[in-house]
Amino acid sequence: MGDRVGDGRTAVERRSERQLVVTRIFDAPVRLVFDAWSQAELFKLWWAPKSNPVPLLSCEMDVRTGGGYRLAFGHDAASAMAFFGSYLEVTPPSRLVWTNDESQDAAVTTVTFEEADGGTRLVLRELYPSKAALDEAFEGMEDAMPEQFEQLDELLIGLGAGV
Amino acid sequence: MVQYSTARLDASFAALSDATRRGVLEQLGRSEASITELADKFHMTLTGMKKHVGVLEQAGLVTTEKVGRVRTCRLGRFGLEDEAAWIEGRRRIWTARFEALDEVVEALKRKEEDDGRSRG
Repeated sequence: MGDRVGDGRTAVERRSERQLVVTRIFDAPVRLVFDAWSQAELFKLWWAPKSNPVPLLSCEMDVRTGGGYRLAFGHDAASAMAFFGSYLEVTPPSRLVWTNDESQDAAVTTVTFEEADGGTRLVLRELYPSKAALDEAFEGMEDAMPEQFEQLDELLIGLGAGV
Repeated sequence: MVQYSTARLDASFAALSDATRRGVLEQLGRSEASITELADKFHMTLTGMKKHVGVLEQAGLVTTEKVGRVRTCRLGRFGLEDEAAWIEGRRRIWTARFEALDEVVEALKRKEEDDGRSRG
């Protein structure tokens, strides 16, 4: 079947018309992986990898149930594109659920972190309000896809100062 | 990136949303089959199977050919390629992010180890 692909590490699967599931194992304890998702200064180091043509301008995250977040991508504030929403559930270090409110048809994202052989199995689920919404999300993404993603080997984030 | 037709993808995903139709595709991946054979295999009426095959055919996932009284079904030539490429695009984004995330958690691990050593 063609609806599931993986490189042995990151697997992406369309489970249904409305749901997309991404699975990955990390070689680190659950609490550290959770930290990297729930602390803004860590999150911004990896969410927009270097190959992304548009840099992450700002990243504000109030990671608690009911809290909000806001990410801005762009070269300057005037042309920035914002992504924002709220955390429906924050259960450290095992579960994060947030809304994506920048568009009416956006998904609810659920990320779970479980221990797996000393590492962490991360499962990210995007549940879209409708099939059409998922299709459209992909369409926009394809347009934005930079050729740089081909060059994954060059992906290294300058960590030194950040961590 | 290759451009994908949204209408085509819609039809593909609608076709793939049904377990019987996914089973039919798997079956046809092994060998071609007549509608009658597929109906038997999936314990369905001929009419029911014709409907499923019709949906797959519209999505371009299956082609059929009628010879005499038998309609033979085969996998469409281009059916799943668009969809696989579509998911592949998504995977690239997550692969890129997660490789960067690997670096972050690796640095966190090292920092903890160093802290542990300096305390010890």
